[in-house]
Amino acid sequence: MSILLRVEKLTKIFTAGGIFGSKMKVMAVNNISFECGKGEILGIIGESGSGKTTTMKMILKLYKPTEGKIYFQGKDVWTIPSKEYYRHVQGVFQDPYSSINPVYKVRYLFDNIFDNLLGDIPVDERREILNEVLDRVQLKAEEVLYKYSYELSGGQLQRVLLAACLLVNPELIIADEPTSMIDASMRVAILNVMKSLKEEEGNSIIFITHDIGQAFYVCDRLLVMHKGEIVEEGNAEEVVFHPQHPYTKRLIADVPKLGKKLILRR
Amino acid sequence: MTHWISSIILEHGLPDDEGVGKMLLRAIDLKGGYAIRSGFVKAVDGCSLTLSEGEILGIIGESGCGKSTLGKLLMGFTMPPLKLLNGKALIEEIDLYSYDLEDRRRFWGSLISMMPQYSMNALNPTMKIKDFIYDFLKHHKRDITREEALEIASDRLKSLNLSPNVLDMYPFELSGGMKQRVVIMVSTLLNPKTLICDEPTSALDVSTQRVLLELLYNMVKLEKIVSSMIIISHDVAAISQICDTLYVMYAGKIVEKGSLNDIIEEPLHPYTKALISSVLTPEERVRRGKITGLKGAPPDLLNPPVYCRFAARCPSAFSKCKQAEPPLIRIGNREVACWLFSGE
Repeated sequence: MSILLRVEKLTKIFTAGGIFGSKMKVMAVNNISFECGKGEILGIIGESGSGKTTTMKMILKLYKPTEGKIYFQGKDVWTIPSKEYYRHVQGVFQDPYSSINPVYKVRYLFDNIFDNLLGDIPVDERREILNEVLDRVQLKAEEVLYKYSYELSGGQLQRVLLAACLLVNPELIIADEPTSMIDASMRVAILNVMKSLKEEEGNSIIFITHDIGQAFYVCDRLLVMHKGEIVEEGNAEEVVFHPQHPYTKRLIADVPKLGKKLILRR
Repeated sequence: MTHWISSIILEHGLPDDEGVGKMLLRAIDLKGGYAIRSGFVKAVDGCSLTLSEGEILGIIGESGCGKSTLGKLLMGFTMPPLKLLNGKALIEEIDLYSYDLEDRRRFWGSLISMMPQYSMNALNPTMKIKDFIYDFLKHHKRDITREEALEIASDRLKSLNLSPNVLDMYPFELSGGMKQRVVIMVSTLLNPKTLICDEPTSALDVSTQRVLLELLYNMVKLEKIVSSMIIISHDVAAISQICDTLYVMYAGKIVEKGSLNDIIEEPLHPYTKALISSVLTPEERVRRGKITGLKGAPPDLLNPPVYCRFAARCPSAFSKCKQAEPPLIRIGNREVACWLFSGE
């Protein structure tokens, strides 16, 4: 398996305050290195505030890393022109409401992608492609295209964003909690879309979540993050069934299992 | 299990046995919903429920199936546009709906209490926690002094693993999990007979979620601060850790009810089957096969179908399903609303 994305000694420090009070430094990501292969689903799990989303934003060139390098297909991502980079790498963000421009209808998002990333495609063909991708995420074009983002439910919007991602068909998708607002019964269907992307088209996915059950279902490999550091890395089954690090052990033990009664800690 | 049997016995008017929890709450054929411009949304359509002392009851179902509305109807919280059409809610044989909305207020908090869905946002941001608590207690006990109120509150805070310093803080100074515990404290201050928790675990990560579930369990089973609890959730795996009984709701109807173990081990209704099979937990079975989930969406509750509401999405639907609505059919200790079990 060839390596698609390589992250080397990545660090991000945020500084807060400083005008009147004293400067405060927050180390969001602390010296992490990992690789994502071609046609692999890599899961990043960890509790809130462990630096998962910051890592995602650095890979998507939204934050400049304080230290460290990210290589995509062997090239430093900061040397690749943005337009070209985003044709190969796309992200699905955690909060769908803030990911879509509320001033325009949903249609505008797709038109933008057609105009800027996909080049010349005649209007009829556009409609056909659009119906196809929306159908994959179980949405109907007439249900969503001519609505504003606030008229749709969280689950519908998250599926719209995934459809936008499918439309670009990038080699690497970075999905940050892509199913957090989707109902349990529908969630599996969406996760299956991601699995089929990998199996049928060989796309790579970095799947960021705090839901270990979901990560276990879709991912090949898992990274466990805690306080900005990677504490454990390995094959999904190994990490879940034989966790090594004490933090991972506790995290896995806390995950509810169907029908297993709570064992009270004394 | 014993509680479940006891509620059946009591329903048929047999005398209360020793060691069997006595029935606290009974809802009979509740029907209600929201009056909006384009019609009436029948969010809850004929739901009956029984709850005994010491019992933790879970209500599961997907978004928009009427779980939260049922919770509100059970406590008589019929603020417009929510309206009750039919049915009774009895708590300790007090018929809530024989009082009007203003009079029902005095039962809330003492007899039945609710922890609302977005409980993190339920606190008044302009008040310190102690002022909020004093206001609340003053409403129920006219002659209570400030000192007494704070004493009760700080005692309770200790049992929730919070420091009494919290009383001097504003809500924005607390983390999400702490705010949620403060809300639990406020909603159980008067030792209500029943506490309804609406989605207590959503928006919490696994570690915080576990602590919260432990706390709710202790409140009913060990400390007996509240006598019984109803947990409304869409997260089957999470609430299955502490529930005794499970009710499954679909499109405003209860489609299956029974003891937790029975339902998890052998779900009868096709909807329950789909719901339980799509629970993703880090277990071997999740990795083995492909889970299909459930396609389609629940019916519009403005004009629900007159036949089985699940028929359009049901993998095992047959001709009868599109003709009439199935009643709840009793099978052993459980009940299921599906024509597959009508025995014809």
